[in-house]
Amino acid sequence: MIADIAFYIFAAVLLISAAMVVSARNPVHSVLFLILAFFNAAGLFLLAGAEFLAMILVIVYVGAVAVLFLFVVMMLDVNFARLREGFQRYAPVGATVGVVLLAELALVLGGWKFAPEAATLRLAPRPDQVQNTAALGALLYTRYILLFQMAGLVLLVAMVGAIVLSLRDRHDARRQDINRQQSRRVADTLELVRAPLGAGIASLGIYRPITAPAAADGQAPPGSDNPEVHAPAPPAEVH
Amino acid sequence: MAAVGLGHYLAVAAILLVLGVFGIFLNRKNVIIIMMSIELILLSVNLNLVAFSAALGDLVGQVFAMFVLTVAAAEAAIGLAIVLTYFRNRGSIEVEDVNLMKG
Repeated sequence: MIADIAFYIFAAVLLISAAMVVSARNPVHSVLFLILAFFNAAGLFLLAGAEFLAMILVIVYVGAVAVLFLFVVMMLDVNFARLREGFQRYAPVGATVGVVLLAELALVLGGWKFAPEAATLRLAPRPDQVQNTAALGALLYTRYILLFQMAGLVLLVAMVGAIVLSLRDRHDARRQDINRQQSRRVADTLELVRAPLGAGIASLGIYRPITAPAAADGQAPPGSDNPEVHAPAPPAEVH
Repeated sequence: MAAVGLGHYLAVAAILLVLGVFGIFLNRKNVIIIMMSIELILLSVNLNLVAFSAALGDLVGQVFAMFVLTVAAAEAAIGLAIVLTYFRNRGSIEVEDVNLMKG
């Protein structure tokens, strides 16, 4: 009885949150409702006796996929209000297709039955007195080991593909170039200048601050009453 | 309130699938919501597999549901990466703008 009530609660919240996913105004709300839907689907899995899959659903979907969606939604600077234009226009078509699909599924749901020999065709009957996780592992690591490895390969390829797709080669990034560092010599970077004693740096054409050429012409920029700026300028150039 | 059986699970999964399809039609411009709708559809498929697995006492349904989960996770990762790259190039994620390869 408790399980039945739990089923109805989980199913109701799952369906309501799924409806909110597709109709929410804000995509962030959509993602959060998607997380709620996954949680409730995990509850339904638990009620059906698939404990391991329920935990996988919570960990993989809520923990990884939904958060990935959340990252992308928050990272993209998209005008989401503009994306909702035509919402009213598409709704009748979608509703028509949905109603037709639902009617067809209801027809199937009302008329199907198990084949008489279905119980004898089971590939891996659920063992008694064994936990769901242990039974699933015993099956997955023996008979379906090849498929299991290939699923891992699919995930690896997906990971590499996602990295390759989204990695951006930035040209303005300051990256370490070992080769250049190793082949650098002192003469490339350092210049020794013999400065005359007491002449300052003005004779070398260097003025401080860098915006000093105006000051060198004798027209001091307004507001720059700092005597040190004008002091190095040689009088011969001014007059 | 009838006792919960296989039919109840199938009904919930059917409604979930219809909601996912409806979401694809409703949000024709927003790729991210369309991908979320695809996730909903795959979730309903998983619900079907698990319900039949529980009703028949056959564990293969749960193994298959696990592979569906794997492929769905890979699909979400690749799809979001493509959306990200597309947004960088075009500054928009409208589905109707995706016509670079039209020639």
